[in-house]
Amino acid sequence: MVEFLQFTLSGISFGMIYAAIALSLVLIWRGTRLVNFAQGAMAMFTTYIAIEVIYHTGSYWTGFVVALAAGIVLGAAAELAVIKPALGKPELNAVIITIGLLVLLEGLAGIFYGGQYRSFPAAFSVTGLHVGSTALGVSRFDVFVAAAVLVTTLLLAVGFRYTTAGLRMRAAAFNATVARLSGIRVARVITVGWALAGLLGALAGLLVSPSTFLYPNSMDTIFVFGFTAAVIGGLDSPLGAVIGGLLLGVALSYAGGYLGSQVTALVALGILVVVLMLRPAGIFSGAQVRRV
Amino acid sequence: MRSPLLRILGVALLGAVIVVLLSIKLNAFRDYQIAEIAVYVIAIAGLTVLTGLSGQISLGNGAFMAIGAYTTALLLAHLGWPFVAVLVVAGIVSAATGAIVGVAAARLHGPYLAGVTLMLGVALPFLAFVYPSTLGGDQGLNVVYTQPAFLGVNFPLTRWQAWISSAVALVVLVLLANLGRSRVGRNWRAVRDDEVAAALAGINVAQARVLAFVVSAACAGLAGALLAIITALVAPGAFTITLSIALLTGAVIGGLGTLFGAIWGSLVIVLVPVYATDVATSHGLSTTVASNIPVAAYGVVLILVMLIFPQGIQGGVLWLLRLLGISAARPSHEASTPDAMPSAGETPARPHEKEGTQ
Amino acid sequence: MVSSPAGAPARGAASLAVEDLVAGYGEVRALNDVTITASGASITAVLGANGAGKTTLLRAISGMVRPRSGRILLDGANRAGLSPEDMARAGVAHVPEGQGVIPELTVEENLRLGMMAWPGMAPRRTDRSAALAEAYERFGVLADRRRKPAGTLSGGERQMLVIARALIARPRVLLLDEPSLGLAPKIMRQVMDTVVRLSKESGITVVLVEQNARAALAIADHGVVLNLGRVVAAADARTLAADVALRHHYLGF
Repeated sequence: MVEFLQFTLSGISFGMIYAAIALSLVLIWRGTRLVNFAQGAMAMFTTYIAIEVIYHTGSYWTGFVVALAAGIVLGAAAELAVIKPALGKPELNAVIITIGLLVLLEGLAGIFYGGQYRSFPAAFSVTGLHVGSTALGVSRFDVFVAAAVLVTTLLLAVGFRYTTAGLRMRAAAFNATVARLSGIRVARVITVGWALAGLLGALAGLLVSPSTFLYPNSMDTIFVFGFTAAVIGGLDSPLGAVIGGLLLGVALSYAGGYLGSQVTALVALGILVVVLMLRPAGIFSGAQVRRV
Repeated sequence: MRSPLLRILGVALLGAVIVVLLSIKLNAFRDYQIAEIAVYVIAIAGLTVLTGLSGQISLGNGAFMAIGAYTTALLLAHLGWPFVAVLVVAGIVSAATGAIVGVAAARLHGPYLAGVTLMLGVALPFLAFVYPSTLGGDQGLNVVYTQPAFLGVNFPLTRWQAWISSAVALVVLVLLANLGRSRVGRNWRAVRDDEVAAALAGINVAQARVLAFVVSAACAGLAGALLAIITALVAPGAFTITLSIALLTGAVIGGLGTLFGAIWGSLVIVLVPVYATDVATSHGLSTTVASNIPVAAYGVVLILVMLIFPQGIQGGVLWLLRLLGISAARPSHEASTPDAMPSAGETPARPHEKEGTQ
Repeated sequence: MVSSPAGAPARGAASLAVEDLVAGYGEVRALNDVTITASGASITAVLGANGAGKTTLLRAISGMVRPRSGRILLDGANRAGLSPEDMARAGVAHVPEGQGVIPELTVEENLRLGMMAWPGMAPRRTDRSAALAEAYERFGVLADRRRKPAGTLSGGERQMLVIARALIARPRVLLLDEPSLGLAPKIMRQVMDTVVRLSKESGITVVLVEQNARAALAIADHGVVLNLGRVVAAADARTLAADVALRHHYLGF
């Protein structure tokens, strides 16, 4: 029973990270109808930047903030340089372009930072917390992870709902034509969407790297799980992304805990296939199924 | 006018002759590279048919290669079958897996399909850890392969491996060329260009899509089987997502949808890293940096090809031939010639909202 | 008579001149050397059969379709080739056929979209509240539903919403594409009356595409008849309405 609690709590913690990636994918999907396959690699890259800053300044939080800023810049830069020219072209081209970005970033990371596994510091203590004598299976850091993602998500949600900039983004996502006719610069809105997605990805990288170590391919699996979470929740639905992330995190935690850590990717594959076959639009999406 | 089939066979024969000559003249390492290139030609050709002809993107063909490779290793180790039989079985097992994946993915498009195949490519290698006793876990399985006795004792193994890999590659290319020219190929292109119109024209869209996956997986499985014997080892580390992405990279750079593109693409992904690493280390760069330079370059090339030159190297070759007046072959949607298949640059855009008629 | 509504900078009486406009889709030329002028507080009806090019004309003016050649003059300055968002900021409000309301947003949020075309960086909150208040006063039904999703409005109410939104933008030129489509006759009359009233009150130049030529000519000051992408008649509305042969041939009544 204690084990179950431990798996649940650590599943929630990882689930928040998948939720962050899922949310970044949803942001981009709503703006450009694309899946950014490079989202994980971008997060890896900004985490490397963080490590360099931490090393040179000795301050974790400086590195943290710089990484988030780098995520914003990287997201916007990628959209302007590489995605904008591809909009309106065949969908296949855009998918391959984001894969090209993925490959490029992993190659650059290898060149600048080398391939060895680097350890990444955690913001808070990673020793397990206890209630009485029972180990909870989570640490202060895990709590920070959940809180950081939750706070960021809430800030974004509030921003979207209550600010004019948020209204612009929502209008552009729902109906770009009407938005443009209203005077909204949709192209700019899209760039902002990618910048925010870059921020979320950077956050995810910072939060997960203490557990996975940092190397050029370290975000590959996390990205894939984040994508699965986004699909579960529905690529159109930010709320679905968060719930999908939590569900997946907990499910994979049980699978890994009771069946062995080697099966998690296979379980995720199974979940992804089942969800896509039953409800291709995702559990929480109200949108039309993408058939044609 | 010679029939297209004869022309295809003629080209294949020419290719065979070239390979035999090269394999005799060059040293053992080069023979190994010829074999490696042939392996990638098979895998990339399967992928280019799937993505370029039937319009289904797959980021998981490395998983099919793994299936072919592990099947080969197990059959050779436990049953000692002759290699031809093993090759056939490996192809069949991969094809069957391809059918399963194809059915699951039949209704998926674009990013959803890419995501599922990506997950397949990431997850499948973990099977080796789940069944470490049979599948060898992290260390993998050694592949037991002995060359046929009739060659004699002095015949270099690498040359033999180059020969059989290339032979299989040429056979596969000829078969794919014919398939591309047949009704199956036309159906694939129709489905790729406009599913609704294809269905209205009486094409069984789901069947066509699944068949493409079967063919693609079979090719990857054969490639994996050959890879197993030329590297003498199958381990999960050789079949990561990096492999699947390398296949896609090769297909795109070579010219998506074209069989010659599969050849150019595999030449690039086998030879460029070796060459670049040599150049870089001779300039004093560490091996890590040197081995990552081609990777970064691939990323840039993928992006540039998609943005500027979607038809890849084969597109460039055709353009050059047209310029010199040698060839009148144009990439077209109705192409019946095997080496002029349309590429990613010609797939139609998503149907945009129809403008009003007033 | 131009009123300067609370909150937003006033705009002068507009003049819209389309000269020798050629536009189309792909191989098709939907508009061929079309010339139209409209100015001041007036309503110009654009009429003609299906496929005549009426919708394309509005789209070309608002920037949704890039003209191949010709000029689109707003107050004498050529704006052809501007993107839709820049045209909107230049003072052209286009309400496309059947599309105008974003159902997932609330009524108030839809109205706020109208403010996106205001010049300047960030409009003052008082200006924004004043503009909304004025819209609610004019269109009482919207005030009652301001926090509800726009998708819950009926057809006629939605049409009121898009017109209200377009007006918030303080356009000089208002392009309306089939505003009465799918509406019951009584609602349609209400919509038409509103259009007339607002044009007179705010001095907006209205260009109105209507399938129902009779109703359109009844409220319009001027009329333009298109056929197969060309202007076949342009005169004041009364003259056109009296031309029986023209009506039979091109307008169906």
